[in-house]
Amino acid sequence: MPKPQLRSVDSAPISAPPAFSFQSVSRHFGEKSVLSNIDLTVPQGQFVAIIGKSGCGKSTLLRLLAGLDQPDGGQITRAPVQPGQSSIRIMFQEPRLLPWARVVDNVAVGLTGLASRSEAKARAHDLLEKVGLSDRDGEWPSVLSGGQRQRVALARALIGQPSVLALDEPLGALDALTRIEMQHLLSRIWQTQGFTAVLVTHDVAEAVILADRVIVLDAGKVALDLAIPLPRPRRHGHPDLAVYEQKILAQLFGEDGAQA
Amino acid sequence: MTALQARFGAAIGWLLPVVILLIWEALSRAGIITENVLPAPTEVFAAFLRVLKSGDLARNIGVSAWRALTGLAIGGSIGFALGLANGLSLLSRNLTDTTLQMVRNIPHLALIPLVILWFGIDEGAKLFLVALGVFFPIYVNTLLGIQTVDPQLIEMGRTYGMDRRALFLRVILPGALPSIFVGLRYALGIMWLTLIVAETISASSGLGYMAMQAREFLMIDVVVLSILIYALLGKLADSFVRVLERLCLQWHPAFQKTAQQPART
Repeated sequence: MPKPQLRSVDSAPISAPPAFSFQSVSRHFGEKSVLSNIDLTVPQGQFVAIIGKSGCGKSTLLRLLAGLDQPDGGQITRAPVQPGQSSIRIMFQEPRLLPWARVVDNVAVGLTGLASRSEAKARAHDLLEKVGLSDRDGEWPSVLSGGQRQRVALARALIGQPSVLALDEPLGALDALTRIEMQHLLSRIWQTQGFTAVLVTHDVAEAVILADRVIVLDAGKVALDLAIPLPRPRRHGHPDLAVYEQKILAQLFGEDGAQA
Repeated sequence: MTALQARFGAAIGWLLPVVILLIWEALSRAGIITENVLPAPTEVFAAFLRVLKSGDLARNIGVSAWRALTGLAIGGSIGFALGLANGLSLLSRNLTDTTLQMVRNIPHLALIPLVILWFGIDEGAKLFLVALGVFFPIYVNTLLGIQTVDPQLIEMGRTYGMDRRALFLRVILPGALPSIFVGLRYALGIMWLTLIVAETISASSGLGYMAMQAREFLMIDVVVLSILIYALLGKLADSFVRVLERLCLQWHPAFQKTAQQPART
């Protein structure tokens, strides 16, 4: 188990070996091309946000990365993982907790095939403490609030110490305040755990506050690949963030849209 | 809700039957209901003591309960197994579902003449009818339960590396359980109904037989007693399943105490 270490203020070093890379990956559904010739290499430990309008292919890209879907062309390579560690975990927009399993058992699902049941339970308790739910481990998911359920889902995704955490708009269904709370939590956990994070979102402010690097997808192609070398922790409403938000919005909507 | 209130809440359901019994007794004593139409509850109770003492009651309840539970075990387990198979395997469903749906539309009690020809009035006839009766509600609801398990949860299980066995035991079966219980409760109702009819038409023991025999000797108090016992047994079976449901479906919001409403933050 690698020791958690606090990252330096700056983003992950560029020299880190790649966590995964896409080489001219394409995916089409029938006639419709969703992704065409995507080239993308993400170094280990980087926090990447993928942003784009609905139907730009961002969720498809994530599903390809997670192995839930296969590309029609090109190649995806992932860094090998150590035994006892999961390679990639995906966190969905819905928490997808098992309603019939208590919170601690839901988190332990993340260690399926990686650890014994009793060990999984003990580690699940530690993870729940990290996401601020240490006193709720005996509850049924139905009594938790939406934000708490997503925190359980986050704990489940992280317990296998994934090398890559894929997040498919996991905060999209939460109210604005819970969302900010979750962004802080996610940022803090990412800084201590050392995994590579890939966040698909439609929220530009969220992308800028969390990511080292923002990829804008448009019509199945990478339209913008923007580094955000701002120090952490980042604060909502900081003028430096606004500059990057403007750049991304300009790419998404054209200069006029960004001005408006 | 305090424990006292909870106990009172459960007991209040018995208030109405007791009131009905009291009114019934009063009307009988006043001579408004004559004895050859409906004997007074006290007379039914006297009949109860009589058949209890003679040992007839225990023997007949024993025989009927054995038939009911054996039929349920046979029909229920076949229905459950086929429901699982057809819910999990498309091949199995394509192969058998059409046939099963056709057979389902035959009222199973319509088979009584045929069943008597096949089995005579032996135990086999009763078991066959009960098993056939309970088969369909359990089959249909098991299948439905499996088909309606949230596909997002199944995808989640797969991404977390659950193999087929783990996926079935941890996601599919628990997800189908509420529906399976609905099937079981339906099946219990059909179980008693089928058994009453079968025992009334052709039997040499059991509660239905006891009632028919009493009718021949015009012992209307025993007839009424048999009917009341059927009502009690039906209620008993239903209560048993409710307890089982509460144990197995603790996670379900419908079975949680009102004090544990989902917290909204």
